[in-house]
Amino acid sequence: MDLTLKVWRQKNRESAGAMVTYPVKGISPDMSFLEMLDVLNEDLLRNGQDPIAFDHDCREGICGMCSLYINGRPHGPERGTTTCQLHMRHFNDGDTITIEPWRAAAFPVHKDLVVDRSALDRIQQAGGYVSVNTGGVPDANAIPIPKTIADKAFDAATCIQCGACVAACKNASAMLFLSAKVSQLAMLPQGKVEAKTRVENMLAQHDVEGFGACSNTGACAAECPVGISLENIAILNREYLSAKATSEHVA
Amino acid sequence: MNWFTKTFSSTIGRKIIMSITGLFLCSFLVVHLVGNLTLFYQDGGEAFNIYSHFMANNPVIRTMEIVLVLGFLFHIYDAIVLTRRNKAARPVGYNNSRPEENSTWSSRNMGLLGTIILVFLLVHLWNFFVPARFGELEGVPDKDYLNLYSEVVLAFKNPIYVALYVISMVALAYHLIHGFQSAFQSLGLNHKKYTPFIQKFGYAFSVIICLGFALIPLYFFFFV
Repeated sequence: MDLTLKVWRQKNRESAGAMVTYPVKGISPDMSFLEMLDVLNEDLLRNGQDPIAFDHDCREGICGMCSLYINGRPHGPERGTTTCQLHMRHFNDGDTITIEPWRAAAFPVHKDLVVDRSALDRIQQAGGYVSVNTGGVPDANAIPIPKTIADKAFDAATCIQCGACVAACKNASAMLFLSAKVSQLAMLPQGKVEAKTRVENMLAQHDVEGFGACSNTGACAAECPVGISLENIAILNREYLSAKATSEHVA
Repeated sequence: MNWFTKTFSSTIGRKIIMSITGLFLCSFLVVHLVGNLTLFYQDGGEAFNIYSHFMANNPVIRTMEIVLVLGFLFHIYDAIVLTRRNKAARPVGYNNSRPEENSTWSSRNMGLLGTIILVFLLVHLWNFFVPARFGELEGVPDKDYLNLYSEVVLAFKNPIYVALYVISMVALAYHLIHGFQSAFQSLGLNHKKYTPFIQKFGYAFSVIICLGFALIPLYFFFFV
């Protein structure tokens, strides 16, 4: 396959970027999208040019490291895939493909297609955990959890924090990410202990980071590579409203 | 800020205000449309004039009028604040974006649709509310109420008004198709059993209400 790529190139955080066009030739349809970029980067290196910086790690669709806004959609045209699991057979010979970084005020571009997603880490640190004091390991089956709840919590826990929801959202809102992290713990007995402070602090951090509000367009869930559902945002809203109404934090 | 103002100036808090005021404004639409159906009564406007006299003088209605204005103001104010915040959340946009692949047009353009509705609302108040409330209407002979009906007949002989009213009702329908079910989601009211019904009901509600309103200018333009 021969393709034309239009790629966002940006030297560093401070400099301005621009779309640059690169032709790539001899791409196998069995390659992943990232492998196709590897081919381009080797060509660039051979010609003494700066390779295109992009995030990647496991290349198995698990880690959430790969990003890329491909042809106007996060992780490209296929539903439920990360970029590393997007294969070139979904494109046609002669296609022009645009590749851009995630765009959000909270995700500054480090270089080329690499954005700083640590805003999501800071939201997580604000409450996305369960405090465990020292002691013996409790028996796994000692805490009764209904199967439906366990399933829902597990579904929410599959969030890989890739940021596609933010990239897809017209408001660059991180509500789907936040809702997965909040509802996953709020549904389980271990997480209920800190439920109120968790949702209050995590939403406050979300807002401080400069993410937008939710317009319920559903773009996030449609583009989520692991299928986090909008029901989680409703759970988040419920958790937030009840926490604000009943918690003892008056500040 | 105390906890209360903090809550309602957060991203979720503002959406809660949007949803509560939005659903309240939906209830207003029902009342307004039901009352307006008196316009179709073939009695030379008597029923409509009695109805509008009641609406202008009943103390409960006059009190609810203030609540209604507050509902509009909060809805519009929060919409402006949220839109500004949401725009600021993505200062650099995409060169190539295909949002139509993952969301509906109306869900992405609630601000635009709302602005059309606001412009319509101002024109509409100027057409009917201002003359009715601030006494530019003629009285009906031998009756103690004013003739708002003749104002309606006059306004809807103007094709520009008729076009504006019909287009605005289309905008309102799209605003409600997204807004009605979205309000329940914002309030956290999402459930396997009820959400499919809320979505279908919201769609039917939006179409029926807006069709009802749009029929009024068309009826007067073509048949009266």
